[in-house]
Amino acid sequence: MLTSSPFLAGCAGIQSALDPAGVEADAVAALFWVMVAGAAVIWLAVMGVLYYATRRDRVVHSETFAGRVILWAGAILPTLILTALLAYGLSMMPRLRPWDARAAEDAPLRIEVVGEQFWWRVTYHRDGMEPVVSANEIRMPVGERVTFTLRSADVIHAFWIPSLGGKMDMIPGRENTLTLEATKAGIYRGPCAEFCGSSHALMALAAVVMETGAFDEWLARQAEPSPGVGENEAGRAAFLANGCGACHAVAGTEANGTIGPDLSHLGSRVTLGAGIVENSKAGIGRFIAETDHVKPGVRMPAYRALPDEEIDAIAGWLKGLE
Amino acid sequence: MTYAYPETLPPDTRTDAEREAEADGLRKVWEAPKGLRYWTAVNNTEVGVWYTAAAFIFMLFAGVLALIVRTQLSVPGNDLVSAEFFNQAFTLHGTVMMFLFAVPIFEAVAIIILPQMLGARDLPFPRLSAFGFWCFIIGGVFVCGSIFFNAAPDAGWFMYPPLATSEEAGIGADIWLLGLSFIEVASIAAAVELIIGVLKCRPPGMHINLMPLYAWYVLIVAGMILFAFPPLIAGDILFELERMFDWPFFDAARGGDPLLWQHLFWIFGHPEVYIVFLPAIALLAMIVPTFAQRPIVGYSWIVLAAVGTGFLSFGLWVHHMFTTGLPSISLGFFSAASEAVAIPTGVQIFVFIATLLAGRIVFSVPMLFAAGALAIFVIGGLTGVMVALAPFDWQAHDSYFVVAHLHYVLIGGVLFPIVAGIYYFFPLVGNRRLSDRLGKVGFWLMFVGFNVGFFPMHFAGLRGMPRRVFTYPDEIGLNMLNLVSTIGAFIFAAGVLVIVWAVVRPKGREPYAARNPWNAGTLEWVAEMPGESWGIRSIPIIKSRYPLWDDPNLIADIDAGRYYLADASEGHRETIVTSVLSAQPLQCLRVSGPSFVPMFSAAALGAVFIFLTYHWWWPTLVAGVLALVGILYWLWTATAVIPDKAQKDVGLGLTLPIYVSGPKSVGWWAMFITMTGDGTAFGSLVFGYFFYWTIHDDFTAGVGGPGAAWPMAALAFFLAAWIAMLVARRANAAGRPGALRGLLVLSLTLTLAGSAAGLTGPWLHGMDPTTHVYPAIVWVLVIWTACHGAVAVIMQGFCLAGSLSGRLTRQHDIDIHNVVLYWHFLAVTALVTFLVVGLFPLAQRSGG
Repeated sequence: MLTSSPFLAGCAGIQSALDPAGVEADAVAALFWVMVAGAAVIWLAVMGVLYYATRRDRVVHSETFAGRVILWAGAILPTLILTALLAYGLSMMPRLRPWDARAAEDAPLRIEVVGEQFWWRVTYHRDGMEPVVSANEIRMPVGERVTFTLRSADVIHAFWIPSLGGKMDMIPGRENTLTLEATKAGIYRGPCAEFCGSSHALMALAAVVMETGAFDEWLARQAEPSPGVGENEAGRAAFLANGCGACHAVAGTEANGTIGPDLSHLGSRVTLGAGIVENSKAGIGRFIAETDHVKPGVRMPAYRALPDEEIDAIAGWLKGLE
Repeated sequence: MTYAYPETLPPDTRTDAEREAEADGLRKVWEAPKGLRYWTAVNNTEVGVWYTAAAFIFMLFAGVLALIVRTQLSVPGNDLVSAEFFNQAFTLHGTVMMFLFAVPIFEAVAIIILPQMLGARDLPFPRLSAFGFWCFIIGGVFVCGSIFFNAAPDAGWFMYPPLATSEEAGIGADIWLLGLSFIEVASIAAAVELIIGVLKCRPPGMHINLMPLYAWYVLIVAGMILFAFPPLIAGDILFELERMFDWPFFDAARGGDPLLWQHLFWIFGHPEVYIVFLPAIALLAMIVPTFAQRPIVGYSWIVLAAVGTGFLSFGLWVHHMFTTGLPSISLGFFSAASEAVAIPTGVQIFVFIATLLAGRIVFSVPMLFAAGALAIFVIGGLTGVMVALAPFDWQAHDSYFVVAHLHYVLIGGVLFPIVAGIYYFFPLVGNRRLSDRLGKVGFWLMFVGFNVGFFPMHFAGLRGMPRRVFTYPDEIGLNMLNLVSTIGAFIFAAGVLVIVWAVVRPKGREPYAARNPWNAGTLEWVAEMPGESWGIRSIPIIKSRYPLWDDPNLIADIDAGRYYLADASEGHRETIVTSVLSAQPLQCLRVSGPSFVPMFSAAALGAVFIFLTYHWWWPTLVAGVLALVGILYWLWTATAVIPDKAQKDVGLGLTLPIYVSGPKSVGWWAMFITMTGDGTAFGSLVFGYFFYWTIHDDFTAGVGGPGAAWPMAALAFFLAAWIAMLVARRANAAGRPGALRGLLVLSLTLTLAGSAAGLTGPWLHGMDPTTHVYPAIVWVLVIWTACHGAVAVIMQGFCLAGSLSGRLTRQHDIDIHNVVLYWHFLAVTALVTFLVVGLFPLAQRSGG
């Protein structure tokens, strides 16, 4: 049973396609409102005619007249409206999602995201830098078109940050490309949009849109081990002694596992556990001790057998990895 | 030489006693058995009612699952049910609503009312209807029951691999695949029967353009089932082979591709939407003219629109895959095609409105539900136009926006019309009208509850709520929307319960409804109140679309037995078979009566699928043998029966043959239609072969093929066997039973040799189907062909036995015609299979 409701409150920022903060989301929200207005007019008109048709105190119309209603309202008008709508809707596609296979290679900032049950493996490829590994969080500069290459390690997931744009599936054996350009700095939430198993509902990410300068500074810090690695000796020792490094990597230590999320800068992430737990020392401790409750079906075993003080120490050390 | 209908009915010279004796004879022949034997009944009126009731019970079960889902989602972070149970609940909800309610209810209702509308005594294959029903109930209980053992499918109703092929999916996935495949077989059986019912069982004179609109829709939808379900069955076969034997059709690591399943599923899944929607519109097409008290305006318009919708629906499936990374050109094309389908839909809606404009409405509960249906469905259609546009779909796809959209379409476009239909047609089944008061209360609860429940979901979706989540976080703006949705769902459920109560509450003390209580114009309302077992007292000549309005004496003349087949003096169940277009009478068809065989065969076949789920190989084999024995017994005793006389005087100076074969017989049509569906499934497998070829640079991945020699030898054997069958049919027609038997033995031997040679190719070349998708797909194609060879061998043995026992003779040659027809399809299957697996790898290598 899920008893983690307080943690679900973890604030991962907003997610709304109707409150756009990206070029694609902007265009699609505008398209939506145009369609809503049109749909409302059409619905009211059809209902008006239907209401009139069901009144008994009116003239009975001729069959010729009724036939014309079918022709105009049923066939001609819909054809015209749909043609116009298609022209408007499809014409925005080349701009929003350019179909250019080469773009991925040449992109100045390419973020590779791999969906796994139930988290996200993230690698930044920035011009002139070594790849930087992270997890469960996307950071990107505002006003720059960022290329995402999307893959899956197990089942189908879908990458979706509603505030920035539409979704794209992550399919085993395939690599999909999506480009997004944020127009407003802020923190947004991105839920996994393709059903991926028991904890599909508990797979989300935080998308942090930063000013360009701040982003590059942040990325440079991510490329180096966290200064926190050297602090809190007991926590680090417990982390290593309990074998956490077999699955998790922490830059600057001998922990170099690649099965689970990279934890090198865990303390500075917006959320824990792929967007579901508040990032605090208590939150980290709870995730370690009650993994199976916080996230049913997750691969990491629950370490509730560990003494509280050890969990506390590990959590403290990890929280310090900023 | 066409038969001329009498201008006026000849004077009636029978006494009342004679007429009553005729009626008694008919009543006795058509009576359903009593006591426990009641369940052996095959009459469309009995089977159709069981079928409808069962589909409704499954619907209520799935509705309860939906309420559990809604309760869990009423507040954020709820822990009412576990993620595991929730996933089973929503998977089963969708699965049951689609496969155990929406499609079967179409077939169930059609089985009840189609023969009545066509003035037929029954459908041409009553035992097939009963067989379909028993398959449905066995498969349905098996699939639904799984949730009580925590073993229900939990990967969503579209079962995407690799999640659904993984260990994690457990036995639930097998239950889904095998249980539903079994039900799909029953659906196809019903489709075959309904197509032939519409084409061949119309009353004399009912030219195809005089058919009730409902019959048009049945024809279109049954045709769609025939082309839509086979791709899913092909997909199910690949899927189950992967789950059971690790053949890697959807495993990317070994050359497979999860997207192939998505294509096969949605090539089924999108037409499926129209397969459930069109029959509901068909109900409205009967209801609206009755309550406008005038013929439909734009008969040709609505028929063409329905046909157009049917065709277009096969060209839209990719709109379920707009976010899979397909090229923009595909997205543009499928967006346009998806928008286009709104046009014939619009035409159908405006045909109803136009009919009302040109008439004067009579208010009634069926019309209330019809109007509510339009109000809801139009919203679903408009949001459908939105999601059909790829850029908007990138946001809406797999979110609650789509949940809202699909429920507006299915509840507005299917459930409300079905309730309208229940209120409208209930007197035909229950002899009484349903309560108007309960109908109105139920309507308003359903209408308000539905909109309160589903409208907020559009916004939940755009606020980033994905489908199929068992919970959602607080503070992201979803709490109020979900709470309101849950409240609405319960109001809606209360409305459904009121309607259920209106139907099931005891009505023994109420008076019978008047005959033709709504003053409708079509033939089903000839039915007596209370109803008789015979379907129609005598089969009339029909000259117009609304015969009850156009010929005020029609009911009296039918009742007096002044038309065709007014008696059953020989003690057989009989109905008239007519020609496809002009409904010229062709045959007096004797249909079979009550029997345990359909139930036994369905139970044995069901056991095959259920045992397979648990990998109980020996019981599976035993059940398979029992099913085969049951079906052969059925075919031997109840089909192609040689009648006691060649012809029969059916009345009004018309004499019709009782035994006809080849294209004149309904059995030949059934074979033709079944094999069209079979060919579609085969085509889907071939599609799979070439799909793998297109996605890989070298799709053989260096694995050796089956060579050319063995496939070519197999092809030669199969073609020789086919030619032997053609010659065998000629030998029979020439009255040479010795030659017929010799050729049957020869063809049977060649078929066995062909099947063996086909399997030998991949076997000798050591193709291991678990290593890579290429050997796996080659094996599937040759096994498919070999299995069809095995069925051919059974048929040839059946004909041989028939010839030896005098069942198959020069004059009585139904079986050999039907088997040769099967062979035409098998020859094409063998040709395609062996050319593709034998020569295509060579052609590909030399080509590049």
